[in-house]
Amino acid sequence: MSDTAKVTSLEQVVIRFSGDSGDGMQLTGSLFSNLSAIYGNEISTFPDFPAEIRAPQGSLSGVSGYQLHIGSKNIHTPGDLADVLIAMNPAALKVNSCAIKSNAIVIADQDSFDKNHLEKAGFVTEDPFEELQLKGIQLILAPISSMVKDSLAETGMDNKSILRSKNMFALGLLCWLFNADVEQAKHLLENKFKKKPAILQANLKVLQDGFNYGHNTHSSVSTYHIDPTDLPKGTYTDVKGNQATAWGLIAASEKSGLPLFLGSYPITPATEILQELAARKDLGVKTVQAEDEIAGICTAIGASFAGSLAATSTSGPGLALKSEAIGLAVMAELPLVVVNVQRGGPSTGLPTKTEQSDLLQALYGRNGESPCVVLAASTPSNCFDYAFMASKIALEHMTPVILLTDGYLANGSSAWRIPSMDEFPAINPPFVHKEMQPTWTPYLRNDKNAVRYWAFPGMEGFSHRVGGLEKDNQSGCISTVASNHQLMTDLRQAKIDAIADVIPELNVQGNPDADVLVVGWGGTFGHLYTAVQSVNKQGKKLAFAHFNYINPLPKNTEAVLKRYSTIVVCELNSGQFAGYLRSKIEGLHIVSYTKVQGQPFTEAELTEQFLTLLNNDK
Amino acid sequence: MHAITYKPQDFKNGQSVRWCPGCGDYAILNSLQKAMAEVGVSPDETVVVSGIGCSSRLPYYVNTYGMHTIHGRASAIATGVKTANPKLSVWQITGDGDCLAIGGNHFIHAVRRNIDLNIVIINNEIYGLTKGQYSPTSRLGFVSKSSPYGTVEEPFRPAELTFGARGNFFARTLDADLKTSQEVMVAAAQHKGCSVVEALVNCVIFNDGTHKDIADKSFRADRTIVLKHGSPMIYGQNQDKGLIIEGFNLKSVTLGENGITEKDILIHDAKCIDPTLHFKLGNMKGDLPVALGVIRDVDALVYDQAVEKQIRTVQEKSKNKSLSDFLHSLETWEIK
Repeated sequence: MSDTAKVTSLEQVVIRFSGDSGDGMQLTGSLFSNLSAIYGNEISTFPDFPAEIRAPQGSLSGVSGYQLHIGSKNIHTPGDLADVLIAMNPAALKVNSCAIKSNAIVIADQDSFDKNHLEKAGFVTEDPFEELQLKGIQLILAPISSMVKDSLAETGMDNKSILRSKNMFALGLLCWLFNADVEQAKHLLENKFKKKPAILQANLKVLQDGFNYGHNTHSSVSTYHIDPTDLPKGTYTDVKGNQATAWGLIAASEKSGLPLFLGSYPITPATEILQELAARKDLGVKTVQAEDEIAGICTAIGASFAGSLAATSTSGPGLALKSEAIGLAVMAELPLVVVNVQRGGPSTGLPTKTEQSDLLQALYGRNGESPCVVLAASTPSNCFDYAFMASKIALEHMTPVILLTDGYLANGSSAWRIPSMDEFPAINPPFVHKEMQPTWTPYLRNDKNAVRYWAFPGMEGFSHRVGGLEKDNQSGCISTVASNHQLMTDLRQAKIDAIADVIPELNVQGNPDADVLVVGWGGTFGHLYTAVQSVNKQGKKLAFAHFNYINPLPKNTEAVLKRYSTIVVCELNSGQFAGYLRSKIEGLHIVSYTKVQGQPFTEAELTEQFLTLLNNDK
Repeated sequence: MHAITYKPQDFKNGQSVRWCPGCGDYAILNSLQKAMAEVGVSPDETVVVSGIGCSSRLPYYVNTYGMHTIHGRASAIATGVKTANPKLSVWQITGDGDCLAIGGNHFIHAVRRNIDLNIVIINNEIYGLTKGQYSPTSRLGFVSKSSPYGTVEEPFRPAELTFGARGNFFARTLDADLKTSQEVMVAAAQHKGCSVVEALVNCVIFNDGTHKDIADKSFRADRTIVLKHGSPMIYGQNQDKGLIIEGFNLKSVTLGENGITEKDILIHDAKCIDPTLHFKLGNMKGDLPVALGVIRDVDALVYDQAVEKQIRTVQEKSKNKSLSDFLHSLETWEIK
């Protein structure tokens, strides 16, 4: 903008929105993130909810946050430390003081920094900034509450309702600070509050007031601009991992022509998958909110037997409860998608935090020799792709597939180009057909991939019985014959192994001359990718391979890994994938880098770790 | 078009039945196959789901689609089958341990949801397949391998549990009473909603004679009553006994004694929405005859149909015909 004093161009910025859980910071954050995405910036976001639904106002435990990373390009994570903090009260400042850069811009509501609020947040002096030793920050202390009260004094709204618009003042301020399009912001509000005209009018006014306040009062402050990026053309929307997972299942249902059924039980952080699908009755999705986790998967197994694309969604403790039933699906050779949104464990653990510690449970957490397919999504938006692929593999190979996501992917969001369904492959389940009838048996298999053919109730002339008891490999009758059990065990394994023929090969990125390969899987992709890039930019040599297909592993895995003298396996557990790779491939030099804090990696700690390792190698 | 009719033979297959000789389950299997033929749903559109236990082997012996699943989970799996495809006739065959111990939670919720399943609880008051431990229906003091000094816990009464879970259909039969077995299974299949049939069955090996105080032919007519909706509650070898209400309780009387005539006898109303009398009928024993036949048969909202109806209603109002329609209806922006 021409009339602003100074406009500094930035490649990227990390903004953290923070306030009481009732302050509407999630909404402000997501509106600003959409505004940036519409402008053409890349975005990545992550909310930070308190564990309590509504903790006491002004208290440290009630602080709700939302981090947004905007940039011209290469935005793969919500960022480490924030460049800008919006703190609606002293508690928000205190909770986030360690999550911001030393020279961060802090926008705070001056009115909420009174004695009462300072005490609630546990400050002992009258200067919280001094007390937190925030010496290098640029502070914009604005009397937000009182200006909002003045602004809406004539609307006749009550005080409480008026103060709900505080977040819009903050949004207006940000629009000014980042030279964002206020008219576009108003347009977003108009969509958001279409059905609440009074609230819309109040919010529009306060938004403009916030912008004007910044523009007029702080005209000497430098503002910022982030250049738009060259994104592929198309229609975009904002998507969270759990939504993408739910929609990917619907896509697979459409592609396969089979109705979608979800049996599930509410559990953090997986519940939104149930909610998203329960809302899609317009698309014919059936959901059963079951009486428990076991019933969640068992209803899905019943629906699968009856000819649906069946799924269940859960998190770690729920996966433990479902393990016997997954074994039934392995034995009965029925298609089933099990989505496990991992959280901190063991037991109830850290329900709202992220971790990758269910890997071995997914691979091996069942009685008997019980192989099933394990996939892992690696970004919020590719949860869609891997939910689709999980369904495709389950349906085409008649097997349960466990899709691992995590709390970070589930709640994180990014801009997503809405794909055309033509971009996705066909799904062809191995249905029985009439001509097979004279010689068909329930365990008749396709020789090529060891997959049995699928007949379900309503198909005339194919009635049969399946179950958890070992079956004769031909007739499908109960069999306890020793050699038959060995054969069936081998066949069930061969069926899973054969899936390696249809999944993509492992791809290596980074420096082609590197001796050291960084390996990750699942939700750590963004942080690892960014850290590897940053290390390579510093003239070091690192290669990077990220796994989405865990069992079976891509066919070229051994060949790829053996090219490197050192493999650094990074994961949010105590080394489960590292151990898995060691068990599958002999002779690798694996260094395991792990973190179990309920938090994602940071780019900074990964970069430091990689540099130390490369320097020690020299 | 001719309606296709079925014979019990159509529901039999070549599998050799492997229950112990003399097991009451044989009689239940026969009655079920006769009932299925009478109901007239094609074997290809019939699904029999079971859990684990002696009785849960039954699906292997019926020539329909079938699932022999895992212990206790048959109600949940059957719920999935029926919700996914409400056109199917879905039977759940389960035992007292499978249904009321490990599967208790799924059972009460299937009943509460009122999903259209026909649940047959084969109750022999013992764990047979694990060779003789007491079950949740074994009577107080019952001596078994796992209760060598007798149990110190009260049993469930399946009728009471069903009504407590807001069940709308409950019937009871005896393995030896083939006629009643077939009748109640047909009624269960015809009832829209969750039907529970308790079949009192003898375990010849581990709990022989557990029901003999009512099952023995010589006194069965005097110790049981086969209830029929709309008929007076009359029973007995000579059809001279009946039930009346005295105070808040049921009482057995003899016709012709103390001026009692048929018009004093209660008329069975299985359709009564208030389950109070059904509770009392379901719990009768001792001085009162054990009730067989259909005790309760009330129409109510059926889960699987309500699910379909809700989907139809939403679809009629919605512009979204595909995922693509839905995604483009979200807040979107264009990159050109």
